[in-house]
Amino acid sequence: MNGAADMGGMHGFGPVKIEANEPVFHAEWEKKAFALNIAIGVANIWNLDAFRFARESLPPPQYLNKSYYGLWVVTLENMMLNYGLASKEEVSAGHAAVPTKKAKEPVTAAQVANMVRCGSPYERPTASLPKFKAGDKVRARNVHPKTHTRLPRYARGHIGEVVRIVGCHVFPDSNAIGAGEDPHWLYTVRFDGRELWGPDSDPTVRVAIEAWEPYLESA
Amino acid sequence: MQLRVHALESILLEKGYIEPAALDELIETYEKKIGPRNGARVVAKAWVDPTFRQWLLTDGTAAIGSLGYGGRSGNHLVALENTPSVHNIVVCTLCSCYPWAVLGLPPLWYKSAPYRSRTVAEPRTVLREFGVELPSDTEIRVWDSTAELRYLVIPSRPEGTDTWGEEQLAELVTRDSMIGTGLAKRPQDLAK
Repeated sequence: MNGAADMGGMHGFGPVKIEANEPVFHAEWEKKAFALNIAIGVANIWNLDAFRFARESLPPPQYLNKSYYGLWVVTLENMMLNYGLASKEEVSAGHAAVPTKKAKEPVTAAQVANMVRCGSPYERPTASLPKFKAGDKVRARNVHPKTHTRLPRYARGHIGEVVRIVGCHVFPDSNAIGAGEDPHWLYTVRFDGRELWGPDSDPTVRVAIEAWEPYLESA
Repeated sequence: MQLRVHALESILLEKGYIEPAALDELIETYEKKIGPRNGARVVAKAWVDPTFRQWLLTDGTAAIGSLGYGGRSGNHLVALENTPSVHNIVVCTLCSCYPWAVLGLPPLWYKSAPYRSRTVAEPRTVLREFGVELPSDTEIRVWDSTAELRYLVIPSRPEGTDTWGEEQLAELVTRDSMIGTGLAKRPQDLAK
């Protein structure tokens, strides 16, 4: 979707603000916002792509005005409401209503440690062959889906070169909307900076994205 | 925000979705155990061991796995080597994808709108804000993390370190040098 999260090439945000000796978290609530989101992810009630879709679906003024972990909190609340983990009344009260319907089993510390150690690989087996090979010229399709996509706006319609076949990976556009993993071949595609930003831009710049096969056409 | 998080936490704990110890485990892990020292060890090893360096460049995930790193945000790791003519810099324009397994959680600036919006379009200007000035003919390769691949930059090994061992070299490898917004420290920078 063309939401506020897709920021590549936007103007007006000012210089990068660098904090010396930055702590991992800036407040106690940030620790909780982080840990709650990661832990509930282990319960597999929703997937990472669905979470990203929910986060970028916030209206742009809201998205841009929230701190990073502030966004996580608002998104978590929305997900809990949408997936029936909590009611609006419970969120307002800050407690589960009585009587409480318990979850089947809680996410444990051991499960979390295992998830950190093992992660969640996105590569999937496939019988299909990749359509493109390294060196092929490809155009990122000029598409504007209203649902989740990982094809950034700045690349759409532009011609780049396949520099690597990554593998067959879960397709976030499908996974985010509950339509299954629908794995597709994934490529690293490199664009010349001038192709993206015009003839007056820095000629030494190359920008690479990862693009699933449905994002690309031969050029 | 504090109250809002507390509300969500209470509901998830009361309903039995999460064990409190799971939250402590995550906070402890990313505050104290997993951080840029992991990546520094990987880079230092690549500097001294050509076989490991080659392995890291061809199969980053397996190579970091041999040092005990991997898993969450490190399942598909790709190492990018800086050379005298090429400088690599990593960004996630769409959100905040970052190689947790080797660098820990990202700093605030990495997740901020200025960095996400500008790095793909004017990396040289962004680098200057980090105090990095590259020769005007250096090719700058920007890597936008749009999938589940995670990138680790191998900065150039500083001069005057030929006799150094891995542990000493790791001291020169900063977090920013592994994102591409910095260079490795020089021996004379260590005393500072």
